[in-house]
Amino acid sequence: MPKLSYLKALNRALGDEMARDPSVCVLGEDVRVAVSNVTAGLVKRFGPERVLDAPISEQAFTSFATGAALVGLRPLVEFQIPSLLFLAFEQIANQAHKVSLMSGGRARVPVTYLLPGSGSREAWAGQHSDHPYGLFAHVGVKTVVPATPSDAYGLLLSALRDDDPVVVFAPAGALGVREDVDPAALGPVPLGRGRVHRAGTDVTVVAVGHLVHEALAVAEELAGRVSVEVFDPRTLHPLDRAGLAASLRRTGRLVVLDDSNRSCGFAAEVLATAAEGPRLRAAPRRVTRPDGAVLPFAPALDRACQPGRAGLLAAIGEVTGVIEEGGGT
Amino acid sequence: MTADAGPDPDLDLDLYRTVALVRGFERRAVELVRAGVVPGGIHPCTGQEAVAAGVCAALRPDDLLTSTHRGHGHVLAKGADPARMMAELAGREPGLNRGRGGSMHAADFSLGVLGANAMVGAAVPIAAGAAWALRRAGSDRVAVAFFGDGAVNQGVVLEAFNLAALWRAPVVLVCENNGFATSMRTADAVAGSVLGRARAFGIPARAVDGTDPRAVRAAAAEAVARARAGGGPTLLECAVYRFDAHHTWEHTARPGYRSAAEEAAGRARDPLEVQGARLAPGVRSAVDAELDALLDAAVEFARGAPHPDPAAALEHLYATEVG
Ligand SMILES: Cc1ncc(C[n+]2csc(CCOP(=O)(O)OP(=O)(O)O)c2C)c(N)n1
Ligand SMILES: [Mg+2]
Repeated sequence: MPKLSYLKALNRALGDEMARDPSVCVLGEDVRVAVSNVTAGLVKRFGPERVLDAPISEQAFTSFATGAALVGLRPLVEFQIPSLLFLAFEQIANQAHKVSLMSGGRARVPVTYLLPGSGSREAWAGQHSDHPYGLFAHVGVKTVVPATPSDAYGLLLSALRDDDPVVVFAPAGALGVREDVDPAALGPVPLGRGRVHRAGTDVTVVAVGHLVHEALAVAEELAGRVSVEVFDPRTLHPLDRAGLAASLRRTGRLVVLDDSNRSCGFAAEVLATAAEGPRLRAAPRRVTRPDGAVLPFAPALDRACQPGRAGLLAAIGEVTGVIEEGGGT
Repeated sequence: MTADAGPDPDLDLDLYRTVALVRGFERRAVELVRAGVVPGGIHPCTGQEAVAAGVCAALRPDDLLTSTHRGHGHVLAKGADPARMMAELAGREPGLNRGRGGSMHAADFSLGVLGANAMVGAAVPIAAGAAWALRRAGSDRVAVAFFGDGAVNQGVVLEAFNLAALWRAPVVLVCENNGFATSMRTADAVAGSVLGRARAFGIPARAVDGTDPRAVRAAAAEAVARARAGGGPTLLECAVYRFDAHHTWEHTARPGYRSAAEEAAGRARDPLEVQGARLAPGVRSAVDAELDALLDAAVEFARGAPHPDPAAALEHLYATEVG
């Protein structure tokens, strides 16, 4: 089976959807030369009217897309760096997101916001290393964080077809992931549905984005000693609460691996959801960035702030009582 | 003060030294990126050194500035220690900001550099606000905001122009127009003109040859004098050419938005040569030798400097801890 990389999957999903639906267009910075590689080849295929290089005016082009969507287009807006979402937060959270309700359902804003390379790219320092998916889940914008190439393909397709604004985070740590896929089997992946990557009976590890691969590696490492179930919500909002509950019924234990700052981060929502359900067999744990983290530049410091395998091992140990202390974040 | 008052050998030497310092620093920084010593890459300012040199030569040590993602030149021209700056780029503990900032934030606050900003345009209102506060306190200090041509398309920059003009902030707005915002040509991105945008707010604005340190110094001196005297902001649009990549990432990715012929033409007017030609050959080579020694030592310092302790990753997250 051919290998598909995560980046190529995004590129293919966008190209396939642009070919299928002439209302899909792309707005962003340096999208014609495809700095992020997501838009590679698209201007040649679809022409400059559908692949627009915008000046460095994120607030304007984000709401420009809203306007275009209100009259029938389905724009994808690409942001070069995750912190640009802070700049365009008003345009997404307070404008695009609120149109449907405030119009009594008479208007809709089908815009997709794509963040290729979200989270830390290591040594891009404080203003370029955030991973603000939790903010969008909090305000209620549909928020997607695919972990694998086929999910990246399928979720981006669904985001483009959805009639609401959807933010798609493509974590820097996942862009290089490759997967054997049958191209014919690629298709839309429904929003709002999680995925069990590995079944287990002792503990559920809820992992987001690139961290799914860390969780799978840890599950493999522990195989035979601890049976780890890896649950990937894929869509953070709306969260697949039924899928999460089903997993927790099987394992009764929970660890969340989430690249958000701890306080008020996504993991907090998962823990709260679990706490509202049937009693767990052990107090749950979360492995996250520290509270309020600003990522320092020096790579070792950057890494020290990111959740990873060591922290996950330790948390699984605490929750199951099976393995000794691991250490780490 | 009027424009170019004629040859001034001390000034010419000073300007050349700064241009050559920045040129030599950037060359070595790029080498350290290739060697894996500087992580994350850099946005080299090669070709644009005359703007930093000319503007900073018109400032007093107590004046302020804000810098950008392409900011090594501004910070060095304000007087930063190249060794500690190189150590910052390498993410080391003795770096200007203890390795926490890196290339895009290699500011030296002790020299009045109020940050080097990774968000395009974000520092322009910061410089304007600082300038306004200085004036309010009765001082005649001024602030400079350096920014690129791409930044004039940020709403916040135009909002800052308005506030600076309305409230007569003693700020000098220095736009380095290097023809590109990453791959996008200025002409494809800016409707109207940079000068026109400033003038729309009643801000005096002039075009400057950004490859000529003397011309930049003279224009900046006028703008600074105006600001000190309470005349408010001035915008200088300095025409330059970016000799190197947008970011060192391009050295391998080669996005190909400009031709080799165009690059060669752009490099034809080199600020280092423009200013170097104003010195006697012996003087120039003496400066070059001095800078080579200084910058080689800076590289050695950075290479040998200790790494920060990961356990202290979030030290200084807050100015004051609560609880
Ligand atoms: C607000 C914002 N948008 C986008 C980026 C990504 N980005 C970094 S530098 C750059 C181009 C900046 O162009 P210009 O202002 O002309 O400065 P130059 O790089 O040419 O020095 C872009 C788009 C950013 N850092 N900040
Ligand atoms: Mg530029």
